[in-house]
Amino acid sequence: MNQRIMTYKAHPLSLVMKALVWISAALSVAVFVTLVGYVLIKGVPYLSLSLFAFEGSTSEVSILASIVNTLKMVLIALLVAAPLGVGCSVYLVEYAKKGSRVVKLAELAAQTLSGIPSIIYGIFGSMFFVTSLGWRLSLLSGAFTLAIMILPIIITSSQEALKSVNDSYREGAFGLGAGKLRTVFKVVLPSAISGILSGIILSIGRIVGETAALIFTAGTITKLASLTDSGSTLAVQMYNLSTEGLHMNEASAAAVVLLITVIALNSAASFIGKRIKKSGAEVN
Amino acid sequence: MLRNEAYADSNLLEEAFLPQTVESAPKKRSFSLKSFAEYFMQGVFLLCACISIICVVVICVYMFAKGCPAIAQIGVLDFLSGTDWFPTNSVPSFGIFPMIVGSIYVTAGAVLLGVPIGLLTAVFLARFCPERLYKLVLPAVNLLAGIPSIVYGFFGMVVVVPFVRSVFGGTGNSIITASIILGMMILPTVVGMSESALKAVPEEYYEGALALGATHERSVMRVLLPAAKSGICAAIVLAIGRAVGETMAVVMIAGNQARLPDELTDGVRTLTANIILEMGYASGLHYDALLGTGVVLFVFILILNLLLSIITSKRKG
Repeated sequence: MNQRIMTYKAHPLSLVMKALVWISAALSVAVFVTLVGYVLIKGVPYLSLSLFAFEGSTSEVSILASIVNTLKMVLIALLVAAPLGVGCSVYLVEYAKKGSRVVKLAELAAQTLSGIPSIIYGIFGSMFFVTSLGWRLSLLSGAFTLAIMILPIIITSSQEALKSVNDSYREGAFGLGAGKLRTVFKVVLPSAISGILSGIILSIGRIVGETAALIFTAGTITKLASLTDSGSTLAVQMYNLSTEGLHMNEASAAAVVLLITVIALNSAASFIGKRIKKSGAEVN
Repeated sequence: MLRNEAYADSNLLEEAFLPQTVESAPKKRSFSLKSFAEYFMQGVFLLCACISIICVVVICVYMFAKGCPAIAQIGVLDFLSGTDWFPTNSVPSFGIFPMIVGSIYVTAGAVLLGVPIGLLTAVFLARFCPERLYKLVLPAVNLLAGIPSIVYGFFGMVVVVPFVRSVFGGTGNSIITASIILGMMILPTVVGMSESALKAVPEEYYEGALALGATHERSVMRVLLPAAKSGICAAIVLAIGRAVGETMAVVMIAGNQARLPDELTDGVRTLTANIILEMGYASGLHYDALLGTGVVLFVFILILNLLLSIITSKRKG
């Protein structure tokens, strides 16, 4: 201890650096704590049963319809994006040759997709699904727009998961006489399932929190919507409530619901993600 | 064997489409149901692999095909450098220069606030953090990435706006507010990528610096950080992309006045805010001008993406 003090006396700049590093880390944690803390403090008192009533009105806001819409949105978007994304990663990892042009292009495309901001997806969705395909403002248009948006998340996480499957599994399956297809479906995919799942959960979180891509594709009307109807998700309703300024209490309650859902989903994703790392280590 | 290899070399692409089992199986069986399934499913997987490429192409085509004519009609220079945005006047003017400036200002502010803190947090996580703290700090930072932008915006509205109003004056809906919130939003991106870049630096670098008599801090700052430079650059580029493209949080707190700001406490309108605010009721040339705004934003993002892939490919190579 004494020696350490001596070192810092000789190099005061090092001490300053150390302090700065600790302060920054504390600030980063503080950002998270204040954000979550404030939202909870502002919102939890307004979480009431009437918020989840079956019938909402202009004076009594209900977020139930939006929650159901959000669930539908998640379901359709995943139905579209999950098979495509997993299929894509199966091709890239299991079939394509290393460094082939398809792999490079597909990876570049996924990277580009993940960099495109959600408002651009919103514009594209409103031009393509809403207008060109004639689906109008509907849950379907919104869900397909979101499906494109979550595609890169699913592709990259499944790709990682498939890559982490030990080659001896594949060789074992081939050795037992299984074809490529059988190997993929019976051996590789089952052992990569937790990584794939963690990517899917992560993308659910993304869908639940998404607003900008939905306003011009699924619309902002708060009502229980069928697939071809326009309806708001919880995040969109929260945006409406907080910009109208009339129902700030309900908006803050909706914020709590959103925040807790998303934090739970992300924690679940990283928990499952950690599990594959552990099981992978055992195999090695 | 040799002939086979030559064959494989000359038909690299073609071979990528052939399942391995067919090669090893006798030729008679290649028309059986099983191998048909193999072929068929491989085709399906290939199609899936192409879907993201198709999406990128379709999005690009749509954005440019619909947005560029509008820009051309208004005039490229008038559109990009015009300082007046009066889309609903009887003689409308569509100049998005204030929005471009607005986006650049808030992004710069976010980078100024978020990058130093994020980078030092990454250094902390990589080299200073006691094991027990690590399990607390890392999830906290990672969870920041998952929080929806609408919640950031809400937090900005109820907490940061009043705070900025009382400290800096003005309405509170300002460049400063937007920069603070965006700085918070890019933190996880900067921390995550910089940390993995720092961890990828060989341990010998650090040990060598220590052996030469540098303190722990000096070794980290003067040896590890420069060695992780390209990864950190990639993190910053990615963070800039996030900040430029952010919509909901910014629109709730930046004030959205479509004019050139004079002070940091003035409100600004970003490119993204311009689209989300007016797209709902716009029609005709006004609507097209908003698509044009989208194209400008899209080009910004594509340039950043290109920069990112140049940086990362250099790292690998």
